[in-house]
Amino acid sequence: MTSAGHNFERGRLLLQMMERIRAFEEQACLAAERDKLVLGAIHPSIGQEAVAAGIMHNLTREDILLSTHRGHGHTLAKGADSLAMMRELLGREGGCCGGKGGSMHIADFSVGMLGANGVVAANITIAAGAAHAIRLKGDKRIVVDIFGDGAVNRGPFLEGLNWAAVFKLPILFVCEDNQYSATTRTSSMTAGEGAGARAVALGMRSTTVDGNDVEAVADSMAGITARLRAGGPPEFLHAITYRRTGHTSFDPAVYRPKGEPEIEEKKNDPIARQQAVLIAAGMTEADMRSLHADAQAEMVEVLKKAAATAFPDNSTAFMDVQDIGSPALEAF
Amino acid sequence: MPSLSYKDAGLEAVRHSMQSDPDVWCVGEDLGRGGVFGQYKGLREEFGEARISDAPISEAAIMGAAFGAAMMGTRPIVEMRFSDFALCATDELVNQIAKARFMFGGQSRAPMVIRKPMGLWRSSAAQHSQSLESWYAHIPGLVVACPGTPQDNYSMLKAAIACDDPVVYLEHKGIWELEGEVDFSETYEFGAARTRCAGTDVTIVSWSNTANIAVDAAKALADTGISAEVIDLRSLWPWDKAAVLKSVEKTGHLVVAHESVAVGGFGAEIVATVAEKGGHFLKGPVRRLGAPRSLVSYAPNLEDMLRVTSKMIATAAQETLEKAD
Repeated sequence: MTSAGHNFERGRLLLQMMERIRAFEEQACLAAERDKLVLGAIHPSIGQEAVAAGIMHNLTREDILLSTHRGHGHTLAKGADSLAMMRELLGREGGCCGGKGGSMHIADFSVGMLGANGVVAANITIAAGAAHAIRLKGDKRIVVDIFGDGAVNRGPFLEGLNWAAVFKLPILFVCEDNQYSATTRTSSMTAGEGAGARAVALGMRSTTVDGNDVEAVADSMAGITARLRAGGPPEFLHAITYRRTGHTSFDPAVYRPKGEPEIEEKKNDPIARQQAVLIAAGMTEADMRSLHADAQAEMVEVLKKAAATAFPDNSTAFMDVQDIGSPALEAF
Repeated sequence: MPSLSYKDAGLEAVRHSMQSDPDVWCVGEDLGRGGVFGQYKGLREEFGEARISDAPISEAAIMGAAFGAAMMGTRPIVEMRFSDFALCATDELVNQIAKARFMFGGQSRAPMVIRKPMGLWRSSAAQHSQSLESWYAHIPGLVVACPGTPQDNYSMLKAAIACDDPVVYLEHKGIWELEGEVDFSETYEFGAARTRCAGTDVTIVSWSNTANIAVDAAKALADTGISAEVIDLRSLWPWDKAAVLKSVEKTGHLVVAHESVAVGGFGAEIVATVAEKGGHFLKGPVRRLGAPRSLVSYAPNLEDMLRVTSKMIATAAQETLEKAD
């Protein structure tokens, strides 16, 4: 970023994306708790929007993303359609997975988003394989795999990172560290110096970034993606943020120290921090408010439309299992 | 028609598939030197190290990475070395590979073959001898193949590589050196059984190496004047219900035999299906043979305690006929 003007434009886009993610998830939580329209669990990323916005700003549509069960923000920022996403959360026809996956399995292959995953750390090896295919085919794309801090204690973390390093694959592993593994403080269950140190032990370059500072995340990503696109080895990004909600939208999170989320919200809300940065750089209050209002209006409308959409046809229950021996054909 | 071993028939299927489709590649431990049983011998020299790829001893990563690469449009052949080791990659196979296409509403495919050599083999004891084909038949999303002859190991592996569904491909370690004529032009369709011996008195249903043992039993039965029909299912999902029902309609007697543990085995599925859809064909009791629900030993005599032999199959066939009278 060379000129102040260019920086401002990027900063505004980053704020706009964070506002959209926040508004989407606020509406999703309302749909779950107020309207009882989301029947399964949803895992909000409220407070973590800077990671999604900062990372995706540096990816193209052709680049590949794999995400976690807490992946609404990542998916939206990668370019997925908000209405198709909300329909998926509500299990409706026209959802990005036809209503079969729901929040935890959200995916949009048309924008290079190869899936959230209901199993912690499972996408790490799969993402390495996506990068392996890119190498085999001689493509120029890169892969980003985002997982949580709990994932560093599962085997696929070691196996997947080692794989990527051994085969020198074009992939960035991002540990989106919201400090909680489901309902347990991650630090109480993790030995050693943490996620980045484990990557360094495998010979990988690791960057630690304030995951509530969207400009810092985007800056780190600009360097990392440039190195990967130039053929550099896989890298690791440890983005430290904070999960403001419980594990699921229904979890009151009473296991946290009293006042912790309030302090984090006051000190570290990524949207408020970016608003302050942009106001200092000359953004008008009116512009700031319109970004917020536009995002809210989009997602209120999206929820309204999704709620008015039909459930999928019963016949689709047996579709897309397999071609050979399909339950749609076999009498069982 | 060349005579090839079961192992080399599989090797030729891989070679021919790789020659005709540049997206096919193999990944697994020790493939560069030809694989632990030599099933990939010479392929590194022909196709290079990117397409015959060594892997760290990381079963979860081999399975997961191959899946990621399959979703990106390549067609990996995953070598798990021993089917027992594939249990280290169960999440990747059962929760990821088998489910992705469905969970993502048809956006993805996993065109991959997962080769898992299984079965009793030379005092390999409990962690290198299992046959778990019934587990995989239970998982929606997977195709399950159990070839028992060199011809089938060629035709079925070629069909598995060409298939857009994930195929769990269970070769039997005990018959790597089994020789037989292989017609490279013979094609295979999943769900099509092969009648290994035609007969009129009793139907014997089996697969994998136990189908070969059943053929031996049928020969012994012929000497006693009993005409046994041996149906080799070849694939367990899908499986050829029509062939089994048609044969039982003709013979009225059924024996099912497999090497894996009888309890909860796929034989039970066959017997249940015949009872539901062809019970009125049966003229005698059904016999189901499998291993006792016990573990495989190292000592050869103890290992043998778990084997289903041709004598056991022949005796079972005789019993179904005698008890009918």
